[in-house]
Amino acid sequence: MDHSSIENIGKHLHNFPGGLKLKHYKALSCSKPLPAQQLPLSQEYIIPVSQHLGRPAEIIVSPGQQVKKGQPLSVPGNASSTPGAYVHAPTSGEIVAIEQRPVPHPSGLNSTCIILRADGKDDWIELEPVTDYRQLSRQQLIQRVQMAGIVGLGGAVFPTDIKLQGGAGSIDTLILNGAECEPYISCDETLMKQDPEKIIQGALILSQVLNIKRVLVAIEDPMDACYQKLQTSIKTLGAADCIKVVRVPMLYPEGGERQLIQVLSGTEVPAGKLPVSMGILVLNVATAAAIKDAIIDGKPLIERLVTVTGAGICEPQNVVARIGTPIADLISFCGGYTPGIASLVMGGPLMGIGLQSDSLPIIKASNCILALTHADISSPQVEMPCINCGDCVGVCPAGLLPQTLQMVIRAENFEALEELNLDACIECGCCDYICPSHIPLVDYFRYGKSEQRVRTVERKQSDLAKLRFDRREKRLAKQQTERRARHLKRKQALAGSSDKKDSVAAAIARAKARKQALTTTPRDSDSNTDSGEQS
Amino acid sequence: MTAAIIILTSLALIFGLALGYASIRFRLEGNPVADQIEALLPQTQCAQCGYPGCRPYAEAIAADEVDINRCPPGGEAGIKQLADLLGKNPIPLDADAGIEKALPEVAIIHEDICIGCTKCIQACPVDAILGAAKKMHTIIAAECTGCELCIPPCPVDCIDMIPVSIDLTNWQSDKPVPITIISKQLTSADNAGEAVA
Repeated sequence: MDHSSIENIGKHLHNFPGGLKLKHYKALSCSKPLPAQQLPLSQEYIIPVSQHLGRPAEIIVSPGQQVKKGQPLSVPGNASSTPGAYVHAPTSGEIVAIEQRPVPHPSGLNSTCIILRADGKDDWIELEPVTDYRQLSRQQLIQRVQMAGIVGLGGAVFPTDIKLQGGAGSIDTLILNGAECEPYISCDETLMKQDPEKIIQGALILSQVLNIKRVLVAIEDPMDACYQKLQTSIKTLGAADCIKVVRVPMLYPEGGERQLIQVLSGTEVPAGKLPVSMGILVLNVATAAAIKDAIIDGKPLIERLVTVTGAGICEPQNVVARIGTPIADLISFCGGYTPGIASLVMGGPLMGIGLQSDSLPIIKASNCILALTHADISSPQVEMPCINCGDCVGVCPAGLLPQTLQMVIRAENFEALEELNLDACIECGCCDYICPSHIPLVDYFRYGKSEQRVRTVERKQSDLAKLRFDRREKRLAKQQTERRARHLKRKQALAGSSDKKDSVAAAIARAKARKQALTTTPRDSDSNTDSGEQS
Repeated sequence: MTAAIIILTSLALIFGLALGYASIRFRLEGNPVADQIEALLPQTQCAQCGYPGCRPYAEAIAADEVDINRCPPGGEAGIKQLADLLGKNPIPLDADAGIEKALPEVAIIHEDICIGCTKCIQACPVDAILGAAKKMHTIIAAECTGCELCIPPCPVDCIDMIPVSIDLTNWQSDKPVPITIISKQLTSADNAGEAVA
């Protein structure tokens, strides 16, 4: 690790390879302040139990149960091998069902959801606010973060407590990522304008948890209003010596963790390693704000800012939406669809996932609901052969060779993918966007990655099967040799005994005596009882 | 003449000794070819190939006693890998051994029918069945290889094979299907259409 680059992080800006300059469309949703009127309560909330990266949580409520707002519905369980996160009730009401429902996921599959019918009272569970978080220990703070169900709100939804736990002592810089680079999305920008103090307070709590003196808030160059507001709240909270706001040039995908680190430090995070290995932790600004809510107010993560935007929406805006709100409710709050609506996307236009219906719920990862019209979407393009133009290589922010990768995946030569570092692909879609042959490169990479994942799992399973088979064979062989040895010993003992004949005779006598005893017992009574049972 | 004979004889002696020493010193334990073959086999231990497990089948292939197309769980992909390794031509799966399943399966015991006879436990090659005499048995799904060896011994036919359910954790994305020219109409629309900015 180059230490000087970490020391000077944020002082000079650097470049990452590739990237695209995109038109932003942020003003659509971001020009107005947050609506004074809150999103009305929905009738029914659909809360998926696996909204985070990792294992689904264990459900601790049952249908028919009354819950209060903020009450935990599912807990991560105790297995430490895979991460998990708490999920809470977004309002008070009754659990009406726990069933399989479609969830926002690229697979379009169903997943276990808790269905909560709101009672309209919106009663909080008893909260435990903390007046002075400085009194709490590192472990207590991390535990509160875990209990609040906080996950990375930038979209990766990795449980934050595990990230904080893993960074014990090795972190010296925290980067709060406000460089929201995908077109249309403006929820982080709105948060920074509306609630800069929350973010800075969250940053102060995090600097205590991580025991660090350097926090950088990275925002994009044109976010002038955010810059001023953040600076003001840093001053009012007296945090100017440790928190700094850095403006980074606007280039997609700058908001990617690795790309942002490269811009700020000039050093690339090595492939296959995490930023922690460089002493850097990156969290989204919204995550920092949620941490403030969790620690100081004791509120779990039950709502988030969502950008509802696109030409398909009548009144595009940012809305505070509770987790589990059906997307349709959010859309009708924003004035409904315009006549030209063609498709619904969760996330941005480059990395988002298509939604099959608007009955799906808002989840912790939903930063944006984008409604596109027919004019926004190009008609399905005929995929032409790759002409090796190299445009995709030029825009890849991870420095990969998309054209080679695509050919290797097409040929199903999955062994070669490791050498080409497919794992480093962040699926940003730059190559897809630039490709003159309209090759769906990211689709190929997703296929290649999932194929690799399946192979790893299969390998693991077959190794386990082999291990268990070998152990069983060994055990059976051992049992057999033991049995043989036992028999041999007995035979030898019998052959060796001088009074062998006597013992045989004694055994015969014993058997005869037993037979005698059996025959003398009255047989009639036996048969009587038998027939009695039958009748 | 004599010098040449002496030199050649001594050379032969030296090399002979060196080779003899090397054959003892660098002797390979086990069967490396069989190890490589075994690594490609799916370790289902189903014995459909006619050998009592994957290792014996690997050894038989290494000794060239049997064809490479007798492993149904490995399927066509497995045959291709074996063919690549051994420099043979890929051949279709031997239907006598069995057919390749479309989806991976695991066994399930219908617990209301099970009589607790332990016959399946003895048959399971990977100890994936839990239970004891006169106690209900159950399959440890994570360790079941789907070999079906537990089905024939069951006296009450309480074991079934079910496909592994696809959920968010083991979901796989499909290989992209290239859009090809379907009709003239579509291609003209292409020319008119413009990419999203």
